[in-house]
Amino acid sequence: MEFVLLIFLPVIFALFVPLAYKRIKGIHTGWFVLLVPLVLFGYYAGFLPLVMDGGHAISELQWIPSLGIVFTSYIDGLSLLFTLLITGIGSLVVLYSVFYMDSKKENLGSFYVYLLIFMTAMLGVVQSDNTMTLYLFWELTSISSFLLIGFWYTKDKSRFGALKSMMITVFGGLMMLGGFILLNIMGGTFSIRELIAQAPELANQPYFMLALVLILLGAFTKSAQFPFYIWLPDAMEAPTPVSAYLHSATMVKAGIYLVARFTPIFGSSSVWIWLVTGIGLLTLFWGSFFAVKQTDLKAILAFSTVSQLGLIMSLLGAGAISYHTTAAIFSFATYAAIFHLINHATFKGGLFMIAGIIDHETGTRDIRKLGGLMSIMPISFTVALIGSLSMAGLPPFNGFLSKEMFLESMAALQHFELYNFDTWGILFPIVAWIASVFTFTYSLYFVLKTFIGQKKFEQLPKQPHEAPIGMLAAPMILASLVIIIFFIPNLVGKWIIKPAVMAVQPTLYASPSAVDIHVKAWHGFGSVGLWLTVGVIVFGTLLYLTIPKWQPFYRIQPDRLSLNAGYDALMRGSERGMNRVSRLYMTGKIRTYLLYMFAFLSVSIIAVLFIKDAFIVDMNSFAAITLYGVLNGLVLLLSVGFVVFAKSRLAAIIALGGVGYSVALFFVIFKAPDLALTQLVIETVSVALFLLAFKHLPALQTHGETASHKVVNLIVSLSVGVMVTLVALSSHSQKLIPSISQYYKDTVATEAGGGNIVNVILVDYRGFDTLFEIAVLAIAGIAVLGMIRLRVSRKEPTDENK
Amino acid sequence: MKTNDVILQTATKVVFFIIFLFSIHIFFVGHYAPGGGFVGGLLTTGAIVLLLLAFDLKTIQQILPFNFTIVTAIGLVLALSTAGASIFFNVPFFTHAYDDFNLPLFGKTSLHTAMFFDSGVYLVVVGSAITIIQSIGGDD
Repeated sequence: MEFVLLIFLPVIFALFVPLAYKRIKGIHTGWFVLLVPLVLFGYYAGFLPLVMDGGHAISELQWIPSLGIVFTSYIDGLSLLFTLLITGIGSLVVLYSVFYMDSKKENLGSFYVYLLIFMTAMLGVVQSDNTMTLYLFWELTSISSFLLIGFWYTKDKSRFGALKSMMITVFGGLMMLGGFILLNIMGGTFSIRELIAQAPELANQPYFMLALVLILLGAFTKSAQFPFYIWLPDAMEAPTPVSAYLHSATMVKAGIYLVARFTPIFGSSSVWIWLVTGIGLLTLFWGSFFAVKQTDLKAILAFSTVSQLGLIMSLLGAGAISYHTTAAIFSFATYAAIFHLINHATFKGGLFMIAGIIDHETGTRDIRKLGGLMSIMPISFTVALIGSLSMAGLPPFNGFLSKEMFLESMAALQHFELYNFDTWGILFPIVAWIASVFTFTYSLYFVLKTFIGQKKFEQLPKQPHEAPIGMLAAPMILASLVIIIFFIPNLVGKWIIKPAVMAVQPTLYASPSAVDIHVKAWHGFGSVGLWLTVGVIVFGTLLYLTIPKWQPFYRIQPDRLSLNAGYDALMRGSERGMNRVSRLYMTGKIRTYLLYMFAFLSVSIIAVLFIKDAFIVDMNSFAAITLYGVLNGLVLLLSVGFVVFAKSRLAAIIALGGVGYSVALFFVIFKAPDLALTQLVIETVSVALFLLAFKHLPALQTHGETASHKVVNLIVSLSVGVMVTLVALSSHSQKLIPSISQYYKDTVATEAGGGNIVNVILVDYRGFDTLFEIAVLAIAGIAVLGMIRLRVSRKEPTDENK
Repeated sequence: MKTNDVILQTATKVVFFIIFLFSIHIFFVGHYAPGGGFVGGLLTTGAIVLLLLAFDLKTIQQILPFNFTIVTAIGLVLALSTAGASIFFNVPFFTHAYDDFNLPLFGKTSLHTAMFFDSGVYLVVVGSAITIIQSIGGDD
């Protein structure tokens, strides 16, 4: 079997979920859904030995072969790591949701459908080798995340958060698409592997920088980097399993994945290194600083996710330096990035689940109302403590290892002697250290304010008690992973991290074992990281103890200067501007629409006629003017004039019939019996229709139009007339190619066995046209029927008739 | 609306059949002479409109007790299946077949599958035009 099809397994399974939800009432739908990530996790884990040896597997499914767009499942160290995260954390999240989501109150049918769509999208993002399918899945993650955030769609804040996240991530996605297309123009391929092979040539191309920035925009919006992070806190309106899954473990890491995946292409550029490292550090600092401001448990975690993503991002940027120097510390940075990615998924996933448990059991997430829960919820407290201390970077938890590696990498940046790093580089360790202090502070803030301190149970909406064991199972597994990874970091390194590092920098290593890094918890007293960590603990504790003293400092920044206010203003402004534009042309009056259409048509066609110099009149080819023609033309002109100046509608309708009949007479004169016949019957029927509708029409008015309106109408109608005449004359006079009618004359009897060209064209040569025409006719009939029979009874006349 | 136009009503009773027969004729000769499903359908519509003008909507519904929306649907299905039938003969979509037959009474006649398609067109034209007219005319 082609294993690329496995990407679609969740979506195919999703087809049956609503059915299971409707039919099987006794069992929570989540139990069925749990099968999917478990099976996938087991299957993909089978690739570990292959990837450990530096190999990769690929499976393809043609989609649009002519454009080189294929669905691919490309499994190497990096994509396997992400795949295992998606399916592994996915299994735990589904398990957790079985107990979190009430099968009686929630619409689980759609919840799990969205979740499974998301799973497919995410697998597609990390396994696609084709940039176009990568983009497809990328936007699918945005859409499914929109649906999940807005799951409780009756709440205003859910809808607002969903829209905001989609606006920002889809904007980034579109920018990224531009970058991919530029890459395709430069490299001539959509395949990422082929692009990586061409990386040295690509760097000299003119659009290289533009493509770099555009792709980074996509990564930064998705991974909630500064200043695009503002959607992540609002996305916390989603149900907690979703927050744990999408907004900490998987979707937000798609940006990290993208940066890692494109490092071999762009990593040699100084702009890439500066942007990724700089924005990452800024995000780290910004997120950790504002996390302490929050009072909602999930908001604290959201800001902490933002900052942690910034940390990973900056490490990836620093890791790209290894393209310029052989100093081991920079390949060390990539290793640290991947390591921290795994650690973050374990401790943050657990913390989110604990936040959900607290919400579930106490009825609130407001940290000001919580406190002293430790004695009542001991297991939750233990899990939360493990997660928080790992996030803070303390031993014996996995966060300590990667945090120390991070601090060491940042300290090493100032020794890099290219691109001004030796002068500005000193800023990196300082910012990183300050951010780490705040990280420590908000970790303590999260766990201690909730579980320790005075009991305020009378403020809680619910009497708190420990969560059921099923709900605790998933965070407990994650918490035990946090500790296990601390004790066996090198085993994890060998199995997962080293293959991933090799995938990020394929040109630097021959095999994963060539990544020469051994993680140690103890580096001796001489290590930079150790003393920085000690400083973090000291200052972080001090800051935590003095929170009430300096927290008011946050209020200095006025709300209207924040990024959120900027987003709101942008949305409001564009909505208002678009409304104004729409009101200009959407007047609800058919006269206005016709005016715009005809004006555009005549201007564009006359312009083309003159630009292309197509206006040629050949008088010789004209037919002779006959007496009948002249008389008929006069009748036609008179009736048209009568329609325009008629004072009563009845007269106008009859005059319009006269126009139609004289046109039909022209057809007779010029020997087109088919047309004449049709025109005559159509005129008859339409005049009859007009008369039928007559009693419903309002009295004929002059519509109160001003003189200038009339002048505009006159100009437009005249120019339409001139345009049609010009087109008719010049198309009649120019015979660049032989007329097609000869072909019909020759073949009408032999090919179609007919004698009447018009009818044969209708049923044989252009039968498809006719089929669609009658379909349109039928739709029009049904539409009229619907408008008249099924309308809502209305007392007030519509605007048009007022 | 009660009308009592004896001359129009009497004339209509005769003229309706003339127009209707003419429309059938024009439909059948379409492949060789001016006419076909579209014009034929329109002519039939015209004949029904004449009935409508002479009598009233209720009478028409009694004389022609069809649901014209369904007539439209039948026409569409007929046209589509004529075009689609080519699949069963392994020829491109919309390929028509024709041959000459010696029929009793008619003599040598050429028959076309295009005629089925054309009758689909005919039915759709009549169906949707009368649907429109009935719904507008029947609206109070």
